[in-house]
Amino acid sequence: MATQINKQLGDNVFLTTLDAAASWGRANSLWPMPFATACCGIELMSTAASKHDLSRFGSEVMRFSPRQCDLMIVAGRVVMKMLPVLQRIWLQMPEPKWCISMGACACTGGVFDTYAVVQGVDRFIPVDVYVPGCPPRPEQLIRSILDLQEKIQKGGTVNAREFKLRILPEGPNRFDEDELIRIRERNGFKLDDPKYDPVH
Amino acid sequence: MPLELLESSDLDASKREGLWTLNFGPQHPATHTTLRLVLQLDGEMVIDAEPDIGFLHSGFEKLGEVLDFNQYVTIVDRMNYISPMANEIAWHHAVEKLLGIELTPRCKYIRTIFAELMRLHDHLLCLGTCVLDLGGATAFMYAFNEREYIYEICERASGQRFHTSYTRVGGLLYDVTDDWVEMVRAFIRKFPKAYRDFEGLVMKNRIFVERTRDVGVLSREEAIAGGATGPVARASGVARDLRRDEPYLAYEDFDFDICASQGGDCYARFQVRMMEMLESVKIIQQAIENLPAGPIFASGTGKETIPDKREVYRSIEGLIHHFESVMPNRQMQAPLDSVYAATESPNGELGYYIVGDGSFRAYRARTRPPSLLHFSLFSKMIRGCMLSDVVAVLGSINIIAAELDR
Amino acid sequence: MSNENSSSSGALAEVKAKLAETLGGVTLAWSAFREQDRVDFPASELLRCLNAFKAAGFDQLTDLTAVDLLEFPKATDRFELVYVLLNVESGQRLIARTYLNEPDLTVPSATSVWSGADWLEREVYDMYGIVFEGHPNFKRLLLPQEFQSFPLRKDYPIKGRGERHNFPVITRAES
Ligand code: SF4
Repeated sequence: MATQINKQLGDNVFLTTLDAAASWGRANSLWPMPFATACCGIELMSTAASKHDLSRFGSEVMRFSPRQCDLMIVAGRVVMKMLPVLQRIWLQMPEPKWCISMGACACTGGVFDTYAVVQGVDRFIPVDVYVPGCPPRPEQLIRSILDLQEKIQKGGTVNAREFKLRILPEGPNRFDEDELIRIRERNGFKLDDPKYDPVH
Repeated sequence: MPLELLESSDLDASKREGLWTLNFGPQHPATHTTLRLVLQLDGEMVIDAEPDIGFLHSGFEKLGEVLDFNQYVTIVDRMNYISPMANEIAWHHAVEKLLGIELTPRCKYIRTIFAELMRLHDHLLCLGTCVLDLGGATAFMYAFNEREYIYEICERASGQRFHTSYTRVGGLLYDVTDDWVEMVRAFIRKFPKAYRDFEGLVMKNRIFVERTRDVGVLSREEAIAGGATGPVARASGVARDLRRDEPYLAYEDFDFDICASQGGDCYARFQVRMMEMLESVKIIQQAIENLPAGPIFASGTGKETIPDKREVYRSIEGLIHHFESVMPNRQMQAPLDSVYAATESPNGELGYYIVGDGSFRAYRARTRPPSLLHFSLFSKMIRGCMLSDVVAVLGSINIIAAELDR
Repeated sequence: MSNENSSSSGALAEVKAKLAETLGGVTLAWSAFREQDRVDFPASELLRCLNAFKAAGFDQLTDLTAVDLLEFPKATDRFELVYVLLNVESGQRLIARTYLNEPDLTVPSATSVWSGADWLEREVYDMYGIVFEGHPNFKRLLLPQEFQSFPLRKDYPIKGRGERHNFPVITRAES
């Protein structure tokens, strides 16, 4: 009996869980939303262009409307004036969604430790994969997309339950110098005081 | 009230009714990076445009006051992500003018070659992405194919393909090798063919021509009063090019033409860019065939040279020399004075106003970005055009947001 | 400042003569450094001087910027305002400078002389807080309108005063 069914169906049936099937579909059809602000955006373009050809990995359908995308690639530094825009776009993207932070600037602020640049977008939105480099080579970006696909494949559930568990923004908890400034200010420390060094 | 036909050439917004406002950007594919425009539209016609910038303001000039002349080159790189080395050359050109350093012939030639490669780099991307925005993806692929070769040339010389940080005060990070020379030669040999393909795809493409001709016209007077330089000014009939008018590096030795046009529209700007690419190839050809031998660092007081690593590890003099180049009281000292120096970057006049305060650091490092002045002319150019022309005009003035906002 | 490398060519002498004619009674201090001609003019006569420069042939304002001289060795004034001028036909350049002190940081706008001064003046205000009177659309250019400080002043710390991290945090659960 069993062999009879086997013979008739052959390789046409396989068993899996709904979760795994959904994850497989999601992982292999990522639609990136390029949030390109600076130099890394140009490398993102060359990744999508002829030599490196991102479409070999099934994620070249760049859509510039956040409503159509499920992967945000933050390429470049995000500054004070831009961060509200970034958050708004992130909130507009439909679930399930992921985020790649590309380049030193998006991850940590990079060389720009100045008054205007946000020191890492992961302070304000969740990030899944960090790509180091200034700018990362196209190969590195491709690797990060492969890594993300692996991550999606491993942990995904069909109704995206896994996101409910993660309440905190991801990334390491760091000591925030600016928090220190705020505390001192609250305690009546004068910023114009010439002896006051805001960093130490 | 009787119906009156509105004079359609009258673009005064206050006289019109039923205008609507459209917000364009800051996250829009045609802005390439980050710009925002608030457009006043009458139906499809643009009556007024107010640019809103600063979405990439990262405090470059403040950083220029804390980093020394050699360190800051890594930052000016990042100010122009389309042709990074053009900014390095401009920055060190200004620093060398402040310090009074005369470069060696070899260094001048190598910098000239890179400056012209960067011009190709910039114009290819500018044209390629603009055609992409106007609806043709093929030319973009062709342009990026050529750009990859230039990336490789940069990588061979400096070790980084994008932000090279290759120039140093009075010299270069490394000397170039013979196979680099071969690479440039090979690139120059094959570029004209790619250029022809590209030209056929872009400049002879009827859709492209019709979408850019007579769009976004800038008159000669407006260009001069508004401070336009580079291809934008040359397309409006201001035949001014710093390479010829204030020769720097090795440009005096070469034979090349200044490309200009009378049209003042988007098509003229693209045409000037296309023609300039051929002139750049001519310059590179002459420079690579006559590349002089010799040292890459200026001799001057001896402090300009960065010692060879072999010397640093093997001899005490080399080690001392190495440390002196990072000790604040042993470095070169800038005079207590200021200087403005400009170069012809692919986009226009890129100038630096540097104030020295007696140390090896700028007291004030002001960048004069061509993009800022070009973008301030944008609302003049776009008035009276259609909504779909906005991307064509934006592409033709080639705004680089990092340079615009600094 | 130093007076070496003067490039007192014929063109400069011509400009000087023209300016002496139109600007009688205004003291102009000429200097040169690395073959660049510079002129210092009094801030009280700013608009008159700029108009005279334009009449003398400088039809393009290449750059307009300021320098905060707070920590500059032996400086007597607080701000230096720098106009880099160009004569497009002849290619002659002139750097015109003037000095300002607190609390009077208001100067007339140059937009009526060169239209390119528009954004440059807004940027100087954004970075240094120097106010240009008579500008058609005067507000901050680069920083958010609600920003309080003037970041390129020397007494503003490079890392800012915490403005860069004054935003709400979005977590996974909220998005
Ligand atoms: S990481 Fe480097 S390349 Fe990327 S945006 Fe920042 S400075 Fe530019």
